[in-house]
Amino acid sequence: MSLIDPGIEAYRDVAPRGAVDFLLHLSERVRGRHFVHVNSTRVGGGVAEILRRLVPLMNDVGVKAEWEILEGDRDFFSVTKSFHNALQGEEQVFTEAMLEHYLAVNRTNAARLSLRGDLVLIHDPQPAALVENRPSDGNWVWRCHIDLAAPQRRAWSFLRRYVLRYDAAVFSLPAFAQNLAIPQFLVYPSIDPLADKNRELDASEIDSLLTPLGIPRDRPIVLQVSRFDRFKDPIGVINAYRMVKPYRDCLLVLAGGGADDDPEGARVLAGVREAAARDRDIHVLDLPPDAHLTINALQRAATIILQKSTKEGFGLTVSEAMWKGKPVIGGATGGITTQILPGVTGYTVSSVEGCAYWTRYLLAHPEAALRMGEAGREHVRQNFLITRQLREYISLLARLVTT
Amino acid sequence: MSERAAARTAVATRPFTFTGCVELREILGRRARDEQELMEEIEGLPAESIYYHTSTVFLRRPLVAGSYPNDFAIWVGTQIRDQVLAERLGMVDPFQFDSPERVREEILSVLDDHLEGISLVPRIVFGDPFFFVRSHIIEVPTGLEARTLREFRGALAEVDVSALYLHALDARARWGVPGGHFAEWIGEALGLTLLSERVGRLNPYMGGLERIRVMMLALIDAELDGAFATERSPR
Repeated sequence: MSLIDPGIEAYRDVAPRGAVDFLLHLSERVRGRHFVHVNSTRVGGGVAEILRRLVPLMNDVGVKAEWEILEGDRDFFSVTKSFHNALQGEEQVFTEAMLEHYLAVNRTNAARLSLRGDLVLIHDPQPAALVENRPSDGNWVWRCHIDLAAPQRRAWSFLRRYVLRYDAAVFSLPAFAQNLAIPQFLVYPSIDPLADKNRELDASEIDSLLTPLGIPRDRPIVLQVSRFDRFKDPIGVINAYRMVKPYRDCLLVLAGGGADDDPEGARVLAGVREAAARDRDIHVLDLPPDAHLTINALQRAATIILQKSTKEGFGLTVSEAMWKGKPVIGGATGGITTQILPGVTGYTVSSVEGCAYWTRYLLAHPEAALRMGEAGREHVRQNFLITRQLREYISLLARLVTT
Repeated sequence: MSERAAARTAVATRPFTFTGCVELREILGRRARDEQELMEEIEGLPAESIYYHTSTVFLRRPLVAGSYPNDFAIWVGTQIRDQVLAERLGMVDPFQFDSPERVREEILSVLDDHLEGISLVPRIVFGDPFFFVRSHIIEVPTGLEARTLREFRGALAEVDVSALYLHALDARARWGVPGGHFAEWIGEALGLTLLSERVGRLNPYMGGLERIRVMMLALIDAELDGAFATERSPR
């Protein structure tokens, strides 16, 4: 973060008109109420990133918010990583010993953590079994951030036993909801407009961040920012770029990371480098996980931003791109279809050809690209900023404590 | 006294209290994969779900215009790719009906008529199913109040856009107030009937709620500045 805990007042200039005052009035209903977040890490990953801002903001508007961290050993996190993959549809093996260890760690943490609150929001599968030891008072809600559209049956049926003991569940997309006998709410994730990844940068900052990367600024830049993962379809992006290139001279930048500790990512990155070989206008950047300002600068320097995923959870990089006022062309999958309004803020596509077609169109029609970029920024302002997520969590608290 | 002169001095018989709202969205776990299923599901949905997919679309998109104005039309157009039905559903205006039940009847009538005229039921091939959600509206006072047109203008300019939704649109759809609360108050409590009529004619199809705000402010400014007589109707 470039700012240390900016309070809610700092969001007046970026949130929709009247939104901060409205939030303060809404919070009056739950002033002094106790809201406990529980997840399994304080650093790294999208959940920790958003909680680091959300918890101070909750306190700033008068809710007593706390953030508890579940602790586990290497074996525990190995089991939960398998859970994560299985719930997202990958076949995994689970032994009784693995499941027992998962439960034992949760029980140990239940005795250690402070889990009393008007609303206890348990994030993701790692701490889900804490509910076994929930106190008799307070509301418990399971917040699922992952793509549960097609979970592996055994993993989900185990976890489902615990989810049913909550008062409600929250999902990021309707497609992720399950057949459950508890209410299931929809809360989209959000971006923080004041974080390094999204804050305003002036031209000199952008230049100083991009110069070391050796990317020329003399032609339009087509950019995709994403992990080197086959579901992000980086090879498809290169093929689309090659279809466009004879019609419009442009550069392609593929910026990502996560290949260091992920064998699959390393293989995808190697394939991307091979596919890009001998084309000096394709720039493949393997960035460290904290390169937030660099990504921000790349997005601001780009003409068009792609997120050509073939499978996606929510895909917040789309909102990050739109926040920079850029038109976005994204794969018609997951949360990308929620964020992009086709023909208004960009286009959703289902093929390499579709990606090439709309890229060529937007490169040839800068006025349309500008208009879509502006519409996209306003769409994000209204729907995908942290102030909106804060409003919905506080509403959930208000609803649960008054019903 | 002329209406123009009255606009600057009139004190309302009752204050206007601006109330905003938050929408909590509940996923129903129901889905449709083709137009027949869409029709069958719509028949059995809670009214709050019809309301979510038609009315509160404007609350979620207060500024961006250009796509179809309700979720059913958007899904049929982008996922099933049946442009004829998308166009027909896109013209269903939930604010012309006094309850979500009437909106449901209108949508079912369009769907039924469309399905009668085709031999194969269009379904998703590459697209996503339609997922049904329902709306829980929580009303929240904003602390803003007005007794004169000038105070009203000041509050309107700064209030959260959800208050525009509640007073300008929801008042028509859920509470049966034909021109919405703003027009009603301007006419009844301030006695400015011409301005009330013009405000009551504003609709969200001109560019969303933020466009309604801009146009209302322009109408009020014209009234306060005395230029109202030369303004053209916003329609």
